[in-house]
Amino acid sequence: MIEIIELSKSFNNHKVLDNLSLRVDKGSTCVVIGRSGCGKSVLLKHIIGILKPDKGKIFIDGKEVTTLKEKELNQLRLKIGMVFQGGALFDSLTVEENVGFGLTEHNQIKSEELEERINESLRLVGLEGIKHLMPSELSGGMKKRVALARAICIRPEIILYDEPTTGVDPITADGINTLIRNLHDKLKVTSIVVTHDMKSAYKIADKIAMLYQGRIIAEGSPSQIQNTDNPVVYQFINGLAEGPITEMEAVYGLW
Amino acid sequence: MKENILIPVKKIIAFLYMLGGLVNLIIQTFYWIFIPPFKKERILYQAKRAGFDSLPLISLIALFIGIIMALQTAYQLQRLGSEMYIASIVALSLVRELGPVITALVVAGRVGAAITAEIGSMQVTEQIDALQTLATNPIKYLVVPRFLALSFMVPILTLYADIVGIFGGYLICFLKLNVSSSMYLNLTFDSLLFKDLFSGLFKAFFFGMIIALVSCYEGFNVEGGAEGVGRATTRAVVTTFILIIACDCFFTALFYFIFP
Ligand SMILES: Nc1ncnc2c1ncn2[C@@H]1O[C@H](COP(=O)(O)OP(=O)(O)O)[C@@H](O)[C@H]1O
Ligand SMILES: [Mg+2]
Repeated sequence: MIEIIELSKSFNNHKVLDNLSLRVDKGSTCVVIGRSGCGKSVLLKHIIGILKPDKGKIFIDGKEVTTLKEKELNQLRLKIGMVFQGGALFDSLTVEENVGFGLTEHNQIKSEELEERINESLRLVGLEGIKHLMPSELSGGMKKRVALARAICIRPEIILYDEPTTGVDPITADGINTLIRNLHDKLKVTSIVVTHDMKSAYKIADKIAMLYQGRIIAEGSPSQIQNTDNPVVYQFINGLAEGPITEMEAVYGLW
Repeated sequence: MKENILIPVKKIIAFLYMLGGLVNLIIQTFYWIFIPPFKKERILYQAKRAGFDSLPLISLIALFIGIIMALQTAYQLQRLGSEMYIASIVALSLVRELGPVITALVVAGRVGAAITAEIGSMQVTEQIDALQTLATNPIKYLVVPRFLALSFMVPILTLYADIVGIFGGYLICFLKLNVSSSMYLNLTFDSLLFKDLFSGLFKAFFFGMIIALVSCYEGFNVEGGAEGVGRATTRAVVTTFILIIACDCFFTALFYFIFP
């Protein structure tokens, strides 16, 4: 279970997260939706301990992430996979080395088993036979899928996805959605997916939470969110140019 | 008007801030050097990139410097009729000063800049974050191998540059000034004391550390995409140049007063 309690974070006096609280049950998929720049990536980076909050706590299976020492934090991170927005593949390493990185770096398994695990992970994302390519030789969608393979190669209990379907074609996007769904159904992985792709959100979510102005303003099952009476959520999920979100921006300026 | 006065103050604050960051990086680097696992291959790979791959450029530059030094010294000594001292002057200036400084400047421009650009683009594409999520410390993974490789390769390259430079001086003396080979070699080795070699290599060792630390530091602190990487690379090279020359001045004075 992941529990975030009153998390706040500012960068140069710009408050990105403002008393944000969120709970994700074990084995469930929570989709966090919100506009670009609203702090979705920042939220994920707090959960995995790359960013330290100004205030607030994060519990993962009872462990408080924000106060862990590096060694304990790294032990926890070996149970968490993260898929970055742009893939964040190591461009000096081959696809194979990228996918196996978490395992080789911590000398966790023998080389035959490692090979098997890498193949299995690549097979899951539908990319076999590209093991020896460099990241610069891959298309955007392939990079994303290799990044996904790298995250699942350590067999994590929790996976954090940063916009997994943004910038890939609709067919690949659907493949990624199915994969996320399968990891949830078969391996009981706990997931947090941040996205602004509503189609994807409806397909994979057990729970959808909307991040707006630094906090979660609404959460519920996909059908509850679809039938929302919150005007902000309504504007966002229906992709309307006019509504309370854009009116606020007209008053306070875009950020 | 008031803002113009504040610019130098801001620059000084920024510089002090950078020094603080550098000290922090030094402490962490020394800490992580001694934490297992130790991956030899990574250090060797960086040593090859920094050392072996720099050999052609260092050869070329050291040879020219040796030739220039010999010609300049010859010009001055001709007036005094004492050309035979060319050998010792060339050898001493190369081994004590020019060898380490030129090598360090070349390595800073060739290798240091590449380190900043590489780590900087890793930073802007979230690869540094990705390292952390895979439970890998970026300082251990990126800085330690580069730091060790440069600290040891810059002295080795310096030694090599000294030899090539002395050979350049020899070429001029032998071809142009009719000094015999054995005489040139004798004069070279007679004039060189162990402390000369030691002070040169000691400085080179320091310069190597400076290059690695400043380049990595600037790389980690890139902000603002590709343009930021460019700016950081420039800043890394400029800062290393300044620090190398300043340290050189300091060490030269130190050695001069300690071992007169
Ligand atoms: N390391 C950082 N330093 C300063 N500002 C940051 C940093 N990371 C994110 N921000 C700011 O936080 C805000 C939210 O960013 P982000 O979480 O990346 O948005 P998104 O929801 O699109 O993922 C942005 O305004 C961004 O400029
Ligand atoms: Mg983002």
